[in-house]
Amino acid sequence: MKFRTLALAAAIASVGLSSAVFPSAAQAQAQEQFFPVLVYRTGAYAANGNPWANGYVDYLKLVNAQGGVNGVKLSYEECEFGYATDRGVECYERLKGKGATVIQPLSTGVTFALTDKAPVDKIPLITAGYGRSESQDGSVFTWNYPLLGSYWVGADVAVQHIGKLMGGLDKLKGKKIALVYHDSPFGKEPIPLLEERAKMHGFDLQLLPVAHPGVEQKATWLQIRRERPDYVLLWGWGVMNSTAIKEAQATGFSRDKMLGIWWAGAEPDVKDVGDGAKGYSALALQHGAEPDSKVVKDMLAMVHDKGQGTGPKDEVGSVLYMRGLISAMLGVEGVRQAQERFGKGKVVTGEQMRWGLENLNLDQAKLDGMGFAGVMRPIQTSCTDHMGSSWVRVHTWDGAKWAFSSDWYQADDKVLRPMVLDAASKYAAEKGIQRRTAEQCKE
Amino acid sequence: MFYRENGQFKTSYVADQQIFTIAQDKWFVYGLIAFAALVVPMLADEYMFRAILIPFLVLSLAALGVNLLVGYCGQITLGAGAFMAIGAYAAYNFMVRIDGMPLILAMLLGGVAAAGFGILFGIPSLRVRGLYLAVATLAAQFLCDWAFLRIGWFTNYSSSGSVSVGTLEAFGWVINSPVEKYLFCLAFVVVFAIIGKNLTRAAIGRQWMAIRDMDVAAEVIGIRPMFAKLSAFAVSSFFVGVAGALWGFVHLGSWEPAAFSVDRSFQLLFMVIIGGMGSIMGSFFGAAFIVILPIFLNQFLPFLGNLVGVSISTAGVSHAEIIIFGSLIIFFLIVEPHGLARLWSIAKQKLRLWPFPH
Repeated sequence: MKFRTLALAAAIASVGLSSAVFPSAAQAQAQEQFFPVLVYRTGAYAANGNPWANGYVDYLKLVNAQGGVNGVKLSYEECEFGYATDRGVECYERLKGKGATVIQPLSTGVTFALTDKAPVDKIPLITAGYGRSESQDGSVFTWNYPLLGSYWVGADVAVQHIGKLMGGLDKLKGKKIALVYHDSPFGKEPIPLLEERAKMHGFDLQLLPVAHPGVEQKATWLQIRRERPDYVLLWGWGVMNSTAIKEAQATGFSRDKMLGIWWAGAEPDVKDVGDGAKGYSALALQHGAEPDSKVVKDMLAMVHDKGQGTGPKDEVGSVLYMRGLISAMLGVEGVRQAQERFGKGKVVTGEQMRWGLENLNLDQAKLDGMGFAGVMRPIQTSCTDHMGSSWVRVHTWDGAKWAFSSDWYQADDKVLRPMVLDAASKYAAEKGIQRRTAEQCKE
Repeated sequence: MFYRENGQFKTSYVADQQIFTIAQDKWFVYGLIAFAALVVPMLADEYMFRAILIPFLVLSLAALGVNLLVGYCGQITLGAGAFMAIGAYAAYNFMVRIDGMPLILAMLLGGVAAAGFGILFGIPSLRVRGLYLAVATLAAQFLCDWAFLRIGWFTNYSSSGSVSVGTLEAFGWVINSPVEKYLFCLAFVVVFAIIGKNLTRAAIGRQWMAIRDMDVAAEVIGIRPMFAKLSAFAVSSFFVGVAGALWGFVHLGSWEPAAFSVDRSFQLLFMVIIGGMGSIMGSFFGAAFIVILPIFLNQFLPFLGNLVGVSISTAGVSHAEIIIFGSLIIFFLIVEPHGLARLWSIAKQKLRLWPFPH
C-alpha cells in the first residue's frame, strides 16, 4: 500500500514538473494577435463575471468572423482566477508568456498588483470602468488605461445626480449620504472624491464597509435605519448587490433613494429581487442593456446563430455582456490604431499596442460603423488623459429591464483634475518615476 | 544499495551531532541547494519563477514557522495569516517612515514586530489548549484584518487601502528580475531552514517537544511552560512575519489586507498537517502540495482533455481542480496521517534495505 502511494506521488510530481517546464500545446501562433482573458466563472462573483467574460470572448469571435483586424486574426485563452488577486497574478504570468500584448483583469486588486509589472513587461493594462482612478494621468501611468471612466468619475457623477434630484447642488448642505462599499480597493476608491465633494457642498458622508463577499449586511442596514441617510450609494460587486437591495427592502429603505456604481447596475444584481428592486438606479458606464443595437444584431447573426456563442443566447445585449464586449472592442481598436502606424495587417507588440491605446480616437462615425450607435459616445485618449471620456448616464430598474432615467452627465474636471494630478504625483514620487514631458509623449 | 550508512563511523561528538549524520543525506541536501541556486536559474522561465517558485519558497518559509509552533510545540494556531500581515505591514512602515532603511533589516524588523504580537497572542496558550487556543488565535486574525483595513496610519493613508513598495535593493544589489527575486527568497529560506532545524535540535526545541507530548510531565521535569510556549510563539511568528514581508515585498509588490486573510491562515495550517507535523522537510512538501498542485491541475486538465479530444470549459476546469484537490487531501490524510514527510522517511527506510528486503 505504502509503496503504491509512493509510486503515485512520484508519478504526480514528475508529470507536474514536466508539464510546468515544457510550455503547453496551446501556444499562440505568431500570425495571430493574442488576447489573454482573465475571467471568474466560479466563486462568489461568478454571476457577474460570466456575462462579462462571454461578451469579451464573443466580440473577439465576431471580429474574427468579420475577417480580423486588417486580416490579422485574434486568438485568445481564458484563465480562471475566481477574483482572487494571487491567482489573477498567476494567470497574468501564465498568459504573458504566450504573447499577451494587452491585459484586462476585471479586478481592482489585480490591477493594483499589475500596475508595477506592466512597465517592466511592456504590456498595457486596460481597466475600462475600474482600477486606479489616478491612472488617468498618462504622463505618470504610461501603461494604465482606465478607458471610459474611473471610480472618481462615477463618484462625481453620483453626487451631481443626487444634487440634481434634490434641486441643485447647494441643496445638499446638511444632507446625509451613506456609502455602502465592498471593503477592498475597489470599494475604497471613490472615498477621496466623495470626501472632497462633501467638503464642497457641506453634506455628511457616512462610510459603511461590507466585508467580502458581502452576504452579511444586516448590521450595515440596521445602521442605515438608525441614521436615516437621505441617499445611499452602493459600491458593490457580485452577490453583495442583490443582498444590499434585499436588505434595503427588509429595512424599508426606499429603493428610489439608492444609487449604485456601474458594477452594481446589471441584471444579475436585481433579477432575483424582482419587484423589490423596482426603482433602484445605478450609474451606466455610457451603455446600458443594449439588445437593439446593431453590434448585438451582428453578434447574433454572425456568432450565435452559427453555434459559436460563448454563453447563453438570451444573455447577449445584457448590461455586463455589453461591458465585456465594449472592453474587448477597446482592446481591438487599440490594435487597429497601432496598425495604422506600425503596418497594417501585422501583429503588433505590447509597446506598439500602448501607442495605439494612447492615440485612440473613436469618433461617432467610427462607432456607428462598428454598430455602437447609441451605445456609447466618442472616446479620444491622449498622453495626459488615458481615460478618453467621462460621460455617464443613470439607468433605473423598472422590475423587468434597465431603462435610462437621466440625461448625460460629465464628471467635473475642476474637481477631478487636481485630485488626479495630486495622487499621480504622489505615486510618481513614491516610485521614483519622472513625469513624461511633452516631447516624450510624442514618441 | 547506495543509501546505506555502513562504514561511516563517527569518531567525535561533533560528527555525532551533525544535522545529517548520514553522508548520503548530507550530499543530497547540499546537492539540492546547489541545484536550486545554480541550475534552476538556468532552466526555469519567468512564469516558473514568478508564479510557482517564488510563492512556493515564501509559503514554505511561512509553513516552516507555523510548523515550529504547531508541529513542535503542539499549539494550534489559526493566526498565521495575521502574523504574515504584521510582518509585511511592519516592514512596509519601517521602509516608508525611516529614510535609508535597508531592505533586509526592515524585513527582519517586520519579523520582530510579528514576534512581539506572537507573544501577546500566545498568552492565552498558558491557560487554554487545543481547539480553544485555535479560537483564541483566530482573534489575532480578525483584529489584524480590521486594523489594516481601518487604521490609515498602517497603510500610510493610502486612499484605496492598498500599499506598494518601490525598488528592492540589498547591499547595492538591485533585486529586479525574477531570477534575482528567486535567489533572494532562496537565500532567506535556506538560512531560516537551517536556523529552524538547529533550533529544534537544541535545548529549546526539546522543551517545545516535551510540552507538546505532555505538558504536565514536562513541567515536572523542570521545563517552564510559560517560557517554552511563549518562545515557540515568538520564534514561529518571527519566521511567519519574515515570510509575510517577503510575500508582500518580493512576490506581490503591492498588496491589500485580503492577501493575508483567514484563508491564508487555514492554508498554512493545512500545509503543516499535510506536509507533516514536526518536520522541517514536511513544511516544504506541504507548501508544494498546496501551492503547486492547484496550478498544475488547472493547466493539466485542459491538456488532458485535448489529448482525448474533449474541450473542458474554464469553469469546468476550475470545478474539477477543486474536486481533485480536495480528494487528494483526503486520500493523503487516510493513507498517511503523519503527512508527506512521513512518506519521505518511509521511502528512505525502504531504500536502506533495497534491493535485499530481508
